[in-house]
Amino acid sequence: MEVKPYVRTAMLDGKPAPVTSSGPAGWLKKNLFDGPWNTAATLVALVVVFLLLSHLLPWVFQSVWNAENLAECREIIDATWGPEHSGACWAVIHDRYLQLIYGFYPWDFLWRPNLTFAMMLVAIAPVLFTQLPRKMLIFSCLFPFIGAWLLWGGSIWQPVMVLAGFGIGAAAFRYLAKVNRILSIAAAIVLPVIWWVFVMETVVHGLHAVIPLGLEPVQSNQFGGFMVSIIIGLTAITCSLPLGIMLALGRQTELFIVRTFSVGFIEFIRGVPLITLLFVASTLLNYFMPPGTNFDLIVRVIIMATLFSSAYIAEVVRGGLAALPKGQYEAADSLGLDYWQAQQLIIMPQALKIAIPGIVSTFIGLFKDTTLVSIIGILDPIGLSNAIRADSAWNGIYWELFAFIGFVFFIFCFSMSRYSMYLERKLNTGHR
Amino acid sequence: MTKKVFWGVLAAASAVAGFASADTLDDVKARGKLICGTSTGLAGFSAPDANGRYEGFDVAYCRALAGAIFGDPEAVDFKPLTTTNRFSALSAGEVDVLARNTTWTLTRDVDLKNTFIGVNYYDGQGFMVPKELGVTSARELDGATVCIQTGTTTELNLADFFRANNISYEPVPIETNAEAQQQYLAGACDVYTTDASGLAATRASFEAPGDHVILPEIISKEPLGPLVRQGDDHWADIASWTLNALIAAEELGVTSANIDELSESTENPEIARLLGTEGNLGEMLGLSQDWAANAIKAEGNYGEIFEKYIGEGTPIGLARGLNAQWTEGGLLYAPPFR
Repeated sequence: MEVKPYVRTAMLDGKPAPVTSSGPAGWLKKNLFDGPWNTAATLVALVVVFLLLSHLLPWVFQSVWNAENLAECREIIDATWGPEHSGACWAVIHDRYLQLIYGFYPWDFLWRPNLTFAMMLVAIAPVLFTQLPRKMLIFSCLFPFIGAWLLWGGSIWQPVMVLAGFGIGAAAFRYLAKVNRILSIAAAIVLPVIWWVFVMETVVHGLHAVIPLGLEPVQSNQFGGFMVSIIIGLTAITCSLPLGIMLALGRQTELFIVRTFSVGFIEFIRGVPLITLLFVASTLLNYFMPPGTNFDLIVRVIIMATLFSSAYIAEVVRGGLAALPKGQYEAADSLGLDYWQAQQLIIMPQALKIAIPGIVSTFIGLFKDTTLVSIIGILDPIGLSNAIRADSAWNGIYWELFAFIGFVFFIFCFSMSRYSMYLERKLNTGHR
Repeated sequence: MTKKVFWGVLAAASAVAGFASADTLDDVKARGKLICGTSTGLAGFSAPDANGRYEGFDVAYCRALAGAIFGDPEAVDFKPLTTTNRFSALSAGEVDVLARNTTWTLTRDVDLKNTFIGVNYYDGQGFMVPKELGVTSARELDGATVCIQTGTTTELNLADFFRANNISYEPVPIETNAEAQQQYLAGACDVYTTDASGLAATRASFEAPGDHVILPEIISKEPLGPLVRQGDDHWADIASWTLNALIAAEELGVTSANIDELSESTENPEIARLLGTEGNLGEMLGLSQDWAANAIKAEGNYGEIFEKYIGEGTPIGLARGLNAQWTEGGLLYAPPFR
């Protein structure tokens, strides 16, 4: 009997998946109603979400945005939604949002913090996104001086002359390097310090007398709100990363004094709560400085916050260093690279990549920790919320202020966290 | 060795500190501004308004002091201080005077090396309970849960009161007044206790103030007053006589409305001495002749300041009570200006 083989000559069209496993219905079945237990859990969760939202949404949205004080808010809510309804009184935010953002910064000069903030975005962009032209980094290096001058005001010669100190150091290093390497390093450190401490003041005065360029000075005690959080948080974040890397390397080095110092510093700082360091900054330091010296409280706090987070960064980076296989170090050695070249070209790029999630969560933690400064009397958003409540118009307001502050902090911290995920994806060159 | 060096440096630093702050008035005049330590926010006593300008009962005293020294009540910077760093800020010279509703006690005066320059508000600790509890006296509070701010004299007074009356209570420690309001309204505690002025301000902020009563017992003396560093009697004199000038002005009927008229001509010799048209009281203090007039012009006399910030016309609505002039049954009694 002849067997006639059956060979299909045309490709069959694909059939759509059954309704129960595709489309919205399929997704629901797979994720939410997969078996009796999951179905029950889904239903319970839905009820909880519904209960939460049914209380929260009316409070958030059936609320008052325009009122002079809390009593007026309550009257409007009573009149509009009935006496049983409890709605938020966002009027307090409407009334005080400028204060919550800028503190008591003089209203006429608000362009200064605004401009600083815009310039800050430009300055950090090339650091965050490597696609941007590298020449922008020059602006990033100049930004701290421009920003500080814009915020605090005063003579323009102050930041210029501080910069000149770095110039003196660089010049000394370049010209003396031909004579003696150690001498040139020493001169590059000592000469700028002498310049900043002893000479600069007089030069600034002299130049200012000749060409009086400058901005109206603004005292630190007029700073407040999110501006203070961002200044403290961002400066501490920027300064603590290099410091933390140095400490992590110091902890691993074989130089006895450097290692002992690094270990001692890290362990001391990690053993002490941040609030203690802030109290030291705000109260104890005053006793050690000659009276009349006005060592800015915000600067003191920035220094303490930097030291604090650098110790944590050091440990996170050390974790990254420890995760690198020993072969990487040996490979660097076998290529004939010296210590700094090996760190820069082989070790750090890999170690920091591993440490990114840890570094970013340290930064997020530091940024949120800036709210602790309200305890030493700096009017950050939390401190201001207390001051706003003390105004008899808003006495009795509670959740609205915290909700607003929490919302703004969430925006900042969430962006940081998203950026770290972006960076991890980008650097995931897949060698494991 | 290192220890010796450390203590040596410390001693030298404090010697320098003592030397440099020997005359606070000169420092203040050289600076051109008074620096006044104030609360980070207490309803009626000190709070920044929407433009960042500090307003309040304690703040008004600082403006008067700036007026007395410079003739300009705006020549003052305010430094917000918390309960934890207020005394160290004063002793380290960060502020010239502390007007921060601080209770005058022996320890704070003697051991912490401060000088209280008088009392600007006689307060006392009270209790607030919801009306529905039906409590009419603090002695009926046996077994109650009490919301109380930690680290204040009120905490110690509460323990004393309950022990003296042989009744028990359960403390609910809280940090700030705002938190206390929430806890109390949410029913976390039956009773809220703090200074009576604070209770009145808190109750006024409630949605239904009538549902809560302030019990009649006042269980402590809380004389609140401004203070300065110990060791500069001249500065303490200026601070103290500025407060006296505000009180005396009310007693003598000198108000911000009629002060210019009275400075021109007055029959009353004490008013003339107070306002500097007669005698040389200002010179004795090292101030201008019209120092007291400038202090009163800043925000008015004591009574005007009281009515403006915490009196019955304000949301806080405090009665004068103990803070009336001695002629009206209160405790305010300024020494004579002569």
